[in-house]
Parts: sequence; structure tokens; C-alpha cells
Amino acid sequence: MEYFIELFLSGLTRGSIYALIALGYTMVYGIIGLINFAHGEIYMIGAFTALIFANLLTVWGWPTAAILICAGSAAVIYSCAYGYTVEKIAYKPLRNAPRLSPLISAIGMSIFLQNYVLLAQTSDFMPFPSLIPDFDFMEPVAHIIGSSDLVIMVTTFVVMLLLTLIIKFTRIGKAMRATAQDKKMALLIGVDVNKVISATFVIGSGLAAIGGLLIASHVGQINFYIGFLAGIKAFTAAVLGGIGSMPGAMLGGLLLGWTESFATGYVSSDYEDVFAFSLLVLILIFKPNGILGRKEAKKV
Amino acid sequence: MLNRTVFLVVCFVLLFGVQSYSAETIKIGVPGAHSGDLASYGLPTIKAVELVVKEINAGGGVNGRQVEIYAEDDACKPEVATNAATKLVSMKVDAIVGHICSGATKAAMGIYKNANLVAISPSATNPELTQSGDYPNFFRTIASDDLQASTQVDFILNNLKLTKIAVVHDKQDYGKGLAEFAKQFIEKSGRAQVVLFEGVTSGAVDYSAIVQKIKRSKAEIVLYGGYHPEASKIITQMRKKKMKTLFISGDGVKADTFIKVAAQNAEGIYATGQADTSQNSVMIKAKNDLKKVYGEDPGNFFENAYSAALALLNAIDKADSTDYDKLVHALRSEYVETPVGKISFDKHGDAIGVGFSVYQVRNSAFVEVK
Repeated sequence: MEYFIELFLSGLTRGSIYALIALGYTMVYGIIGLINFAHGEIYMIGAFTALIFANLLTVWGWPTAAILICAGSAAVIYSCAYGYTVEKIAYKPLRNAPRLSPLISAIGMSIFLQNYVLLAQTSDFMPFPSLIPDFDFMEPVAHIIGSSDLVIMVTTFVVMLLLTLIIKFTRIGKAMRATAQDKKMALLIGVDVNKVISATFVIGSGLAAIGGLLIASHVGQINFYIGFLAGIKAFTAAVLGGIGSMPGAMLGGLLLGWTESFATGYVSSDYEDVFAFSLLVLILIFKPNGILGRKEAKKV
Repeated sequence: MLNRTVFLVVCFVLLFGVQSYSAETIKIGVPGAHSGDLASYGLPTIKAVELVVKEINAGGGVNGRQVEIYAEDDACKPEVATNAATKLVSMKVDAIVGHICSGATKAAMGIYKNANLVAISPSATNPELTQSGDYPNFFRTIASDDLQASTQVDFILNNLKLTKIAVVHDKQDYGKGLAEFAKQFIEKSGRAQVVLFEGVTSGAVDYSAIVQKIKRSKAEIVLYGGYHPEASKIITQMRKKKMKTLFISGDGVKADTFIKVAAQNAEGIYATGQADTSQNSVMIKAKNDLKKVYGEDPGNFFENAYSAALALLNAIDKADSTDYDKLVHALRSEYVETPVGKISFDKHGDAIGVGFSVYQVRNSAFVEVK
């Protein structure tokens, strides 16, 4: 039973990260029907920004809590700026182009950002300081869950709650929902669609940056390539839950995390990816729109 | 119109520029990981070969011929390696120092075989490369994985006297090969048991599930086959879970980058690597030259690459030719003083005179365990 709980929690940690990144994919898809393949790189840039700031502030001798807050804010701000710029450069000029063009542009952007960071930093793995404070719980909880797992789960939960509130109750949230439903109609009733799309990219990028910071601090290392696999897994999670649906992205992320964790624990980590992608195939066979995905209305 | 003409002229000039190298030089291809996450394994090779070549060229070259280097990046990926190999063959290089990773080497070897090219790898340790007999043109200046695995297992059984071993690998050629040999040797010894044998996905977001599993298996030591990024992730997560399980790995982990990344978690980790030859006079000279020219300390496999270049150029000198048969004969019969010791190659292509030692991380440095 204890082993089960451990695996459950480990899946929850990993799933939370997937969900955080998946939200960016799903929001962008929901609004403009584009799969932003450069999203994994935004996550990586978030982690790198946090690293640079953390190293700088450590040299100046700041306390860990202050470093965490400052590096975290810097990561979010930088990533948001990157997300905003990527949209303006790579997607906005192609808004009315055939669907394939922005997709190719997205892949190009992803490769560009990877190489940009590779040249600016190094190809080596770099140590990431443990920003999440390491504190011990009391036995017997201590050897089941560590402080960084708990911080990751709680942060993800809080961030998602905030996001839901934003989407439900704020002006920009309302505008986003309207745009997702019908872009042209939203434009006609006075919604600044361009602003809404920018906001979507900015929010998604901020979430990815938080994910990047958390996981880098959890495993203690980063390099320019970490966005690739995380991006693919998060994209899988978004599709699993139903791309375009926000609760779907959260559910998909968690489900993927648990699948991988239990597959590793009870079968073999050799088959971690096999189980994860089998799950995806199965869901897509029986529910082509994902678990919580809505059927796309055919526009005439 | 004029612009287009100018453009075409420039194109033609560029084309001739590339082709106008002298036919008299000896051309050495240096393929390996020069970018990507394993670049720290490949880049020192170029520097090593450059140092050797510079010195030989300054002394009048080999048999009066100057030596030229052609570096190609394979990013340690088999599919890129075949491209790099094809390109080097089409450039008509005379011999190869490379590739770096076993998987990439295996992919490229067939291409060199068909082109009658000798390749000496400084770092590809997969046993099959030499033992299968498929690649008579392959040589290496590093000992193979089975020897490394048996060194590790002997150390666990005889020095540490442990009996429960978890064997974990990264599902790639080098790591899985090492792990499978280790498993074989442990089972053959009959004195210890393999309590866990599994592969992890390299680059995965986190490894907490496999770490749980290692903990549950009650292993006393983890024997890991793979490279340093995953090793340091697994170690970090183990130590975060307050596990004191020991950890041993191979030369894929015995790198300074590993200590830098894993920081305090690296303390006490064992890793096998080639025997310490730091007092060897050729080694000291190579290190000093590197310091003088590049202002750097040697990186991964620097001394093996230096040795490979020395052995190759020595063989070309003794054979008085770059002809395949004569070159192979010279490699197998002539001994040469290199940073890794006085070496020649056996009939499989493995270097005679190269061995392994066990190291442990103490105060942020690998120290040989006597």
C-alpha cells in the first residue's frame, strides 16, 4: 500500500508539471486552432532565466526565499515576453494562411529557440540550485513524499485555481472564451481579438515558466534540450484530455503522469513510454476528441 | 542582371575554393559529437588531434606529407553519423579518428568498411564493435565495456562485499551493453544477486518512480550503465529521498561535468575509468601543450584521442603509405608510446596495454581507489 501511495504521488508530481505545460498548448489551440510547437522551448527558457537570476542573486548573498521569488518572477516575465514575441513574429503574419503554414513556422521557431539558447549558453548540462527549500516532514511521511514534490503539487494546484478564476470571472477571460467560440463574431461585438490572442500566449508562457522552474529545481540540472521531451509529453497530455479544453489538459497531464509512474513501478520502466502512448492511442480510438474534448462544430 | 551574374561567379569561386585542396596531404576525418548534449565528449577529440597534427606538420609531416583535419559533427546520433561518414568518404579522407559514441560508431563503420578506411575511436567502448569481427577496419584506444563491467562487478564483490545489486541502464547501445555484461558477471559469480534490472528513458522529466523501485528492491548498490546527465538526475532524486544506497557507474559518468552538475550529491559515487596514466611522460607533454595552445584542461577522452592520432600517424609513417592493408598491418604490429601507455592493437582492434581502475568522488574530484 505504501508503495502504491509513493507511486501515486510520484505520478502526481510528474503529472502536475505536464499539466502546467499542457495548459499552454490547449489554450492556444482553443483560441486560434494552432499547435504551438515552440511551447516546450518557452518552458526551457523559463528554467534558464531562473537559473541565471538565481546564480546572480546567490553571488550577492540573498536568502533562498527571496531568490526563489525573484528568480521565479523573472522567469515568468521573460517567458511571457518570449511567448508574446514568438506569437508576433511567427504566427501573427500567418493568421490567414493555410493551416499548415503556422505549424511549420512553429516547428521552425522551436528549432531556432533551442539553438539560440545553445549558442548563448552551452550544450553542457548545468547544475540548477535547489530553490525549493528542503525541509523534512515527520516520519512516516518523510520517506513517502519530499518537500519539492509537495511544493510542485501545491503550486500547480494554486496556479490552476487562479487560472480558472481568471477565465471565469475577469474581462479578459470572458473575451478569451468569446474568441474561442467564434473569432469573427467576437470581433464584431467589439472584442480586440489580437489582444486576446496575445494574452493567451502570455498566460500560457507564464505557466510553462513556472513548470520549468519547478522541475529544474526538483531534478537539479538543465540544458538547452529539456523542452523537447517535456513539450512532447505535455502535448500528449493535452491531446489525451481533449485539446482545447482546460480541465482536459489538467486531467490529461495527471493521467499521463500516473500511467508512467505505475507502469514504471509495477511493470518496468522499459515500458514507461509504451504505456503512455498506448493510453493515448486507446483514448483516441474510443474518444477521438480526447476525454473532455468537445466535438468541433463544422463551420459552414 | 548584373547582380545575378555576380552571384553566380561568387558561387563558382566558392565551389573551386572548396575543391582546391592539395592532393598531397594526408587527410584525417574527425567525426564525433561536436554539438548537442554530448558535445563535451566530442570536442576534446578535435583539440587532441589538432595538437598531434600541428606538431607533426611542424616537423615536416609524415613521410614528407602534411596532415589535414576534417571535422564532422554527428551529435552522437546514428542517423547523423551515417551522413557524416558518407561526407568524409566523399571528401576522400585517408583515415578516421572517431566516432565518439558507440551507437554512432556502429552506424558509420559499415560505410568506412566499404570505402576501405581505417577508423580509430577514442571512446566507443561497445564490445561488439571489435568482438563480432564485423568491422576489421575498426580500432580503439579505450578498453571495451565487458572489461569495464567486470572491473565494476569485481570491485562490488571483492572490495565492497555487497550482495544485492540493482542494475539500471539508459536503453542505449553503450549503457545497456555495459549493464548486460555486468548482469552476466554477477550471475556467473554466484555470490550476489541482481535485484532489479531496468532501463530508464534518457531525458525524462523526472525519475522518482524508478528511484522508488530501487528503494523497494532493497539494493545495496546501484550499478548504472549510461551517461552523466541521467546518472546525476537519478542520484539527486535518490539523495532527496534520503536513500544512502551506493552508486557505481562507468566512464560515461566519470566526467568533471558530472561532479559539477550533481554537486554535493556526487560525493562518494564510484565510477570506473581508464587506469591513471597522469605520470606518463607523453601524457604530461600532451596536457602541457593543450594548456599552452588552448589554455584548457583536458576534457573527456582527450588522452585517448591523442593516442589514437599518434597511433594512426605512426602507422602511416611505418607503413609508408595510406593503403588500407599496409595501414592495418602496421597498426597491429607496431607499438607506439601514447598518453594511455605503450600500445598496439590486437587482431580484433582492441588496444593492448589499456586498462581500467575504480575511482570515487571525494571532495569534488575523482580519486583512484586503491
